[in-house]
Amino acid sequence: MKQIELTDEMMEYVGILAKLELSPQEMDAGRKDMEEMLDYINQLDELDTTGIEPLSHVFPMTNVFREDVVENGDGATDTLKNAPAEKSGGIKAPKTIGE
Amino acid sequence: MDIMQATAVALGRKIKEKEITAVEAVEASLAAIRSREPQVNSFLAINEEGAIERARRVQREIEAGRLAGPLAGVPVAIKDNLCTRELRTTCASRILVNYIPTYTAEAVKRLEAAGAVVIGKTNMDEFAMGSTTETSAFGVTRNPWNPEHVPGGSSGGSCAAVAAEEVPFALGSDTGGSLRQPCSFCGVTGIKPTYGTVSRYGLIAYGSSLDQVGPIARDVTDCAVILETIAAYDRKDSTSIKREDLVFSQGLSDDVKGLRIGIPRDYLGEGLDPEVKETILEAAKVLGEKGALVEEFDLGLTRYAIPAYYVIACGEASSNLARFDGVKYGYRAEEYQGLHDMYKKSRSKGFGAEVKRRIMLGSFVLSSGYYDAYYLKALKVKALIKQAFDRAFASYDVILGPAAPATAPKLGESLGNPLQMYLGDIYTVSANLAGLPGISLPCGMDSRGLPIGLQLLGDCFQEKTIIRAAYSYEQTRPYRRSPLAAGEAMQVGQAAAGETMQDGPLAERRHL
Repeated sequence: MKQIELTDEMMEYVGILAKLELSPQEMDAGRKDMEEMLDYINQLDELDTTGIEPLSHVFPMTNVFREDVVENGDGATDTLKNAPAEKSGGIKAPKTIGE
Repeated sequence: MDIMQATAVALGRKIKEKEITAVEAVEASLAAIRSREPQVNSFLAINEEGAIERARRVQREIEAGRLAGPLAGVPVAIKDNLCTRELRTTCASRILVNYIPTYTAEAVKRLEAAGAVVIGKTNMDEFAMGSTTETSAFGVTRNPWNPEHVPGGSSGGSCAAVAAEEVPFALGSDTGGSLRQPCSFCGVTGIKPTYGTVSRYGLIAYGSSLDQVGPIARDVTDCAVILETIAAYDRKDSTSIKREDLVFSQGLSDDVKGLRIGIPRDYLGEGLDPEVKETILEAAKVLGEKGALVEEFDLGLTRYAIPAYYVIACGEASSNLARFDGVKYGYRAEEYQGLHDMYKKSRSKGFGAEVKRRIMLGSFVLSSGYYDAYYLKALKVKALIKQAFDRAFASYDVILGPAAPATAPKLGESLGNPLQMYLGDIYTVSANLAGLPGISLPCGMDSRGLPIGLQLLGDCFQEKTIIRAAYSYEQTRPYRRSPLAAGEAMQVGQAAAGETMQDGPLAERRHL
């Protein structure tokens, strides 16, 4: 059975994917927890799944379409109330272009 | 009799028959909450003024004959991962501490259309990730049977509120047992319906292919009636299913003659508390005496359900929780350098340890290089587990077992060892992987006076069969009230009450 050892690079990569900034202590604890979980998860390898189709949903799912018409009115005012920062009727966020 | 001792359907009947008004029912619920919350802490938000105002309107509708359903005027508590318009919805997370939804979840909307009155939002494990309600960012909920013990989770607040008789019923959600396990720990009844039966629109997603909303109440009748109120096809949820057989109360008959009940041997083996085992087998015997054909069988693959579940649930969670980035709503870090730093700092301060743990694991199993080995492998194992249940349901109508391997642990005992905590989901996660309906109902007490829950699983769309089996069993056993509801001393809880008040949740939760 494969035994996972998570290197610093792998943990850093997970941090980037997860968009989390972890303290050195959190990083160490996270590594330990993840290694333990992955070792546990590796028992799935005992099962032969050759030729088995992965099952993402238990029932067949298809996309649901509808006409592109507004049904729920204009919720802009209430939506903006939840914005952490607001500027002239829009949500204010840090600069995204030209960084 | 105390108004709050009535079940949801009984209370609805009293209102209909003008014995009491919807306003009186809501006031009784608020009074129970005021008196019991210091000991149980089930709620994150209480909608006091809104609920009374709404009850007045509902009462007028009832008197005008425009609302005549069984839940008209009945107070309800909603798990805090279901969006409620103008009522703060936090998922028990700091990252949503100030979030006021602009819309209401479909399941809640359907309850409101039936005249139910939302009293407040209940505590839970943060983003439904946990089995004890201890990962909530806003304090723990205590078990109404013994305040030193957890109520289970993640729907711990909803189950405790029902067991404490603060409300006659509540909504919860179930991704891997989050509704059935706390029902078991709190001695109340709950149904996780077939996947796709209740709309997930407005349910803040954890594992989208596994999440279902369901009712929590004090008996099977309530659960059937509530489920038929909230279940409906909804085109706003692309996984919603068009079903014709939604009148679940048709399953309420005391008749199990010839019903084929299978008990998986793997559910009775290592790790199961002997008292729980004995009680579950006793319940099976009762059903056998009533005419059901009960036997043990080999289900297989049971031990692979938890590893498959955690890969799938965490993978989906890492994707679903990517939306919490501090841009449009929720918590945003005060100081940061640029956009990506803002994302990282907001998320790192906003999420608790268990949520971070699952997002990291999920990010890893979905990452290139590991996707096939973990995520795809888990989806294939899920297919095998589904096949095992298909085979089982060819021979049995109902699969009987415990809802959890043990009764409620003490507060503070579970979070230190995450893997150990995950193993407690052994009997519940398979139903989510295979999309099956499951019901959890009380069937006895352990020697410490904590409730034991019986779980009955049915094949997809066979809710009525498990409702019938559960209803038949229930007729043999009177409902037992929790000590907190019955007004017996909750010594430790009372001593701790002052502490809880000062700690903040009670003070904080009034700000809606």
